[in-house]
This record gives sequence, C-alpha cells and structure tokens, in this order.
Amino acid sequence: MNDNTLISVKDLKKYYKGETIKALDGVCAEIHKGEVVVVIGPSGSGKSTFLRCLNLLEIPTGGHILFNGTDITDEKTDINFHRQKMGMVFQHFNLFPHMTVLKNMTIGPIRILGKSKAEAEAQAMALLKRVGLEERAAAYPSQLSGGQKQRIAIVRALCMNPDVMLFDEPTSALDPEMVGEVLDVMKQLAREGMTMVVVTHEMGFAREVGSRVIFMDEGKIVEENPPSALFDNPQSDRLKSFLKKVL
Amino acid sequence: MGTQVSEVMSQWLNSAPQWMLNLPKGLSEFCYKIFKCFIFDDRYMMFVRGLGNTLVITFFALLIGIALGVLVSLVRVTWDKNGLEMRRGPNKFFLWIANFLCKIYLAIIRGTPVVVQILIYYFVIMTSSDKLMTAIVAFGVNSGAYVAEIMRSGIMSIDIGQNEAGRSLGFGYVSTMRYIILPQAFKNVLPALANEFIVLLKETAVAGYIGLADLAYAGSIVGGNTYEYLIPLVFGVALVYLVLVMFFTWLVGKLERRLRASER
Repeated sequence: MNDNTLISVKDLKKYYKGETIKALDGVCAEIHKGEVVVVIGPSGSGKSTFLRCLNLLEIPTGGHILFNGTDITDEKTDINFHRQKMGMVFQHFNLFPHMTVLKNMTIGPIRILGKSKAEAEAQAMALLKRVGLEERAAAYPSQLSGGQKQRIAIVRALCMNPDVMLFDEPTSALDPEMVGEVLDVMKQLAREGMTMVVVTHEMGFAREVGSRVIFMDEGKIVEENPPSALFDNPQSDRLKSFLKKVL
Repeated sequence: MGTQVSEVMSQWLNSAPQWMLNLPKGLSEFCYKIFKCFIFDDRYMMFVRGLGNTLVITFFALLIGIALGVLVSLVRVTWDKNGLEMRRGPNKFFLWIANFLCKIYLAIIRGTPVVVQILIYYFVIMTSSDKLMTAIVAFGVNSGAYVAEIMRSGIMSIDIGQNEAGRSLGFGYVSTMRYIILPQAFKNVLPALANEFIVLLKETAVAGYIGLADLAYAGSIVGGNTYEYLIPLVFGVALVYLVLVMFFTWLVGKLERRLRASER
C-alpha cells in the first residue's frame, strides 16, 4: 500500500441468508487519490453492493476496508467520522424532501462539522453556482426535475469536503435528456481531481473519464484495466459477451 | 324538593326580563329550563370547572402520550430494523429487553378498556394520588400506546434511502432520526395523531367513573339535580365537546397545511 492509496479493499465478502447468496465473494481493490474508478457489470454482479460496502451502508460479512489507513471494518472504528469524508450519491437522489435545497446542503456542515450557518450557506451557494442552480436554493426537492435533484445531491455531498465521492448508478433513474447535465457535473468534478468511484451503465462516461474500469460478475472482479484496454481489448469471455450487449 | 322547585321558579319570575316571560309557552319554558340548569345556583360553574378539568387532563395526558409514544416507537423500530443484525453484547440485550417491555405495554394497554385501566389506577395503583393526577397518568399512559403505533407506522413509511442519505453524510443513527426521519414521519402521521388527540379528548369523559368532576360529569350531576337531562347534556356537554373538537380539527388542519408547504 503506497502513500497514494486512499481506499484499500482486501478480500471483501458479503453474504446474504447464511452463505446461500454471495453478493461479494472476495473482492480486492485499491483506489488511489485523484483516480476515477468506474465499476461496470451486469445487474446482480455485486457492483452496487461493493460500493455500498465502501462506506459501510452494507456491513461486509468478511474482509477489510482501509480508508486513509484506518480499518473501517473494525468494530471499534467510528464509522460516522469516516463517512463524513466519503460523499455518496444515490440512484434515487435521496434528497430530504422536508428541507429546502439550501437546508439539504447545509444541515451536514452545520450539525456535523459545526460550521456557522453563514459559512455553510456561503459554501453551499458557491457550489450551487458551479452547477448552475443558485436560483433554486429556496426550492423544495419536489419542485425540481430529476437532473436538478441529482446535481443537488452531488453538491450536497461535496459540502462535507469529502476525500472521495461514491456514485451509485447516478443516472439510472433519470430521463435520457437529463443524463447529460449530471454527467457534465461529474466530469467537471473528475477534472478537478476528485477521487471518484462510480457504478454506472454509462459506458461513454467510463471510457471518457475513467482512469480505471473494474468489470465485476458474480461477486468477483473479473477484469480491471484502463478504459482503452478494457473496452478495446477485453480478455475474458464474460467481459466480451457483456460488452457485445451494452455497446 | 318541592320548596326548591318553587325557589327556582320564584327566582326565575323575579329575575327574568318581562319579554321572556311573555314568549309563547314552549319558548318561555325553554328559557326557564336554561335558567334552571345553568344560571340558578351558579350551576354553569360546574360546567366551567368540569371543562377546565377535561382540558387539563387532555393536555397533560397528550404530553405524556406523545413522549411515551415516541420513545416506545423508537425502541420498536430500532429493534425491528437493527436488532437481528446487531452484534451480541450488552447493547443488543438491553434493546431486546426494552423491545420486549414495550410489546407487553402495548398488549396490555390496547387489550383492556380505558375505563378499567383508570379504575385500577384509582383503586389499586395510585390510591394516594388525587383524582386529577390519577386521570392524567391513566389517560397519558393509555394514549402513549396508540401514539406509539401511529409513530411507528410513520417512521416505517419513510423510504430507507432517507436513512442512508443521512448516514452517508456522517449523521449517527440518533441524529438521522432526529433531523431527517422523525420530521417527515411526524408530518405523515399528523392526521392520525390529530385523530388520536380527539379520541383522547372525548375519552376523558370516563373520568367520572372515579368521581372526577369533568365536563361530562357536570352534565350528569346537573341533570340529576334538576331532573332536566336534555338541556345540560346536549347544550352543556355535547355541544361543548363538539365545538372543541371542531376547533382543534381546524387548528390541526392549519398546521398540516404549513407542514405540507414543501410538497407544493
């Protein structure tokens, strides 16, 4: 593990119903600072479970996850503290419907990081401006389009100044015409050097932005390569047949 | 008894304005009965004090009920959601015990009539407390069970993604409940809570079983004293309950509209 490693995953396992369903079956991976790691694979391959294990939304059955050098799977680790440093964006946005956009973005910094209201709001407004939604600050989530909601969800996570951003199929629930605006925000984020782990079906995004692509199937990592190598020169039959279907 | 009737009548004839006495016989008699049930002997004060007691019991029982209900619902929800996945240890054991006690509490309270409960408090458990305190505790503990189930359904109705979003920002379980889940759950169950409040308000009428002079009790006492039942029970009791319920319904409707602002 070198200095550049942000997350190190060792032999991660997640079983359901005893051992009958193996969602993750011994996954090892490293995520380095500034990398954009894209995880692809057929549905049920465990890619979402893998992502959700990284911030312990799913408790792994076995294995270890080292984040900034700390084993967060250790029961004595304060996971709430480490989650502050791992922003997460969900397929279904999960904005808080009873709060305005601004409140959605500032509740974490105010309640968890102890920032002043003015400071948190200034930061939130600056982020809103970056994604072109500053005039929606006072709106409630129900008044926004899907693409707007997801952009707000991204900047809400950014408000906590995370070290890494986890994206769980961020564009899967969007109307096709709104996918672009969300991907644009993510590309911008990648260009600024944010470390990102992205589970997605957007192969174009993986190819364009990904520094590395992980192909998963049946709870295991089957192939792991820079996008050009993975897409243009797939090694395994499983990946070849997957790519034939999706490209 | 005969002398008293004539005393009421003579006071009525002395104090009533002449035009009232000159009304057609039925109306004039109605006015006399109103006088007899409410004005004579300051009988309206019984209704006023009774109403006071009804409102005091309802208010404090409501506070106890909500506090108890939220607590019990949180224990139940926490156990149902996390209990089986928790590591073995003292925390899991205490949560299991707490959940077990909550279930017993719910079973007993919901399985027995509130009249029986208040009689047991009065004659068995709280024999040295005054009636008002007994009634407040009895109705509060009773209401808590219903509030608990209402709140539980509200918490369970919130999408799991809300919890995950809160946790992923770094909120702990308790803070996520407090800032994210409970405000939404409360909004969703407000109509059901308002209904429980109205039921509670009306239910306190059985406080008369332990001789507590609430609003309904005043009606039956005045009825017994005057042999007039229609006027005290309909105008002194039923109408007052009706107006109260309508007022609170209106008030809750206003609150609901304010909380729903985020959905428009």
